[in-house]
Amino acid sequence: MAFAHRQKLVGFLFTVPFLVGFIFLFAVPFYQAVVISFSDLVLTPETFELQWKGWANYGYALQVHPEFSKTFTEVLVKLATELPMIIGFSFFAATILNSDFRGRTFVRTLFFLPVILSAGVVLKMEMKDYAQIMVTHLQQSAPFFGGAAVQSFFDAARFPAGMVDYVVDAIQALPTVIRASGVQILIFLAGLQSIPREVYEAASVEGATGWERFWLITFPMMGPLILVNIIYTIIDSFTAMNNKLVDLIRETMLRGAGYGVSMAMAMIYFAAIGLVLLAVFGLLSRRGFYHV
Amino acid sequence: MSLAAKEKWRKRVVALLRTVLLIGIAYVILLPLIYRLSTALMSIEDLYDQSVRWIPRNPTLRNFRLVWEHMEYPRAFMRSLFLTALTSALQLITCSMVGYGLARFRFPGSKLIFGLAIFTLIIPPQLIMTPTYLSFRFFDFLGLLKGRSLNLIGTYWPFILMSLTGTGFRCGLYIFIMRQFFRGMPKELEEAAYIDGAGPFAAFWRVMIPGAVPGLITTFLFSFVWQWNDYLYVTTFMAGRNFLPQALEGAASRVAKAIDEADALASTSGFLDDHFYSLINNAGMLLVILPLLILYVFLQRYFVESVERTGIVG
Repeated sequence: MAFAHRQKLVGFLFTVPFLVGFIFLFAVPFYQAVVISFSDLVLTPETFELQWKGWANYGYALQVHPEFSKTFTEVLVKLATELPMIIGFSFFAATILNSDFRGRTFVRTLFFLPVILSAGVVLKMEMKDYAQIMVTHLQQSAPFFGGAAVQSFFDAARFPAGMVDYVVDAIQALPTVIRASGVQILIFLAGLQSIPREVYEAASVEGATGWERFWLITFPMMGPLILVNIIYTIIDSFTAMNNKLVDLIRETMLRGAGYGVSMAMAMIYFAAIGLVLLAVFGLLSRRGFYHV
Repeated sequence: MSLAAKEKWRKRVVALLRTVLLIGIAYVILLPLIYRLSTALMSIEDLYDQSVRWIPRNPTLRNFRLVWEHMEYPRAFMRSLFLTALTSALQLITCSMVGYGLARFRFPGSKLIFGLAIFTLIIPPQLIMTPTYLSFRFFDFLGLLKGRSLNLIGTYWPFILMSLTGTGFRCGLYIFIMRQFFRGMPKELEEAAYIDGAGPFAAFWRVMIPGAVPGLITTFLFSFVWQWNDYLYVTTFMAGRNFLPQALEGAASRVAKAIDEADALASTSGFLDDHFYSLINNAGMLLVILPLLILYVFLQRYFVESVERTGIVG
């Protein structure tokens, strides 16, 4: 009894640093962010003052600010189109990497390279860089990723215009998608490798085809990881420095309408992301997926 | 055709398709890097010349020399290295402790604390950046320094405090990784230590930490890479000081200014435009990511194999 008691206390002690940090460097700032989003913040040399403004900052961000609504929709649409593509691509890439071939280790290393190289400051510099614009242009005009050929094919086949646009956009977004998939590929790959070989062997003995093995074994086993990857992708998208909305929020704070409006924008963005996450959670957990 | 021959052909076709696909993907991943290198080596004439693509006609190291000088690269590098190593080391200590506490002990609220750690991950850091900045700008030890406050902006303290309390950039993820890793380690290890009379902290320090080295390396490397690449925290808490991100951001305009002062003709001849900035920026970006690239070449297995070994998936 005494031992059990002590163990509880010890466990708590191990986590105390985080608890302190969470309260003072997370919960309190979070609360203040909410307050600031409803206020006008005035900096004085010694301290800062808040003047309550109610919903005015939110109104300003949504109705008056020339760019916010546009960028906000743009960023959400971008996330909505790229998210399924990133999940799909990383699943696909993981399946390829899971098969045996020469140079597998090398390819795996290569796929992960963007995680190391395209983060933070470099990503930010790329946004305005002339050479980077040339690269994007080069990739989009290359036959492989051009989309022009696809466009004419779909046009000839008389597919609905909306669908054609999505496919063409998707092809043009491929470079971005590939570069944003590094961690997700590894997570899927680890998942694939954790499925015991015996399960497949048993299924083969029972006469299951490759197609059936994929849908009845691989896919359900990867369910929880799809959720993990969706969450990771969303987190990655809002910490990415080439996120236009994040850039706008920062610019608004430093050079624009000020702290209050900037915080209101951040809150709207967070609320939207929160809704997306809740929806994903609800959808996936109802279909029998479970969380780590 | 016999069945065996058919199977052989099928395998060849699959292998061919796979190779083509992988080459295509490798092309997409490497293109920006190669293009960046080629741009950084170009002289300004090459960049304007439409016939010059990929291989500079007049390759020059001038861009690197200029950016090296105007970023004050060696000093900015050392500063960034110190900051990154310090934050990563502190984050490693805290996150492994917290991860261990969550992995091995059940106490009222342990699940809640784990949930909170994940919660910190899904909140964009930009959201709380302003209040966090203000709390460090007017730091008063939670109200203990009545009326008077300290300005911690421009010092290492914001980084130290956030790392020590597991609330730095992506610390939630490191707590998660370490928790998963410790959970995968055999319980017998600690039990043996307890029987030998060690207390829980001694058991953690002497038995668990040495056993968790691969997980610790992974966490450290991720934390190092992300901190090195970080823009948000460094420019906010170290505003106006010359770390690599700030150095890189200001380099092109400083180079342009220096050239302009040295040669008034240059500015009128149209050399100091976006194209010129691009040369300098690309050389600068390469200098910033080069250390990571070298690190990755030598330690890639810790990054790549880590996800499997740390049991993130488990």
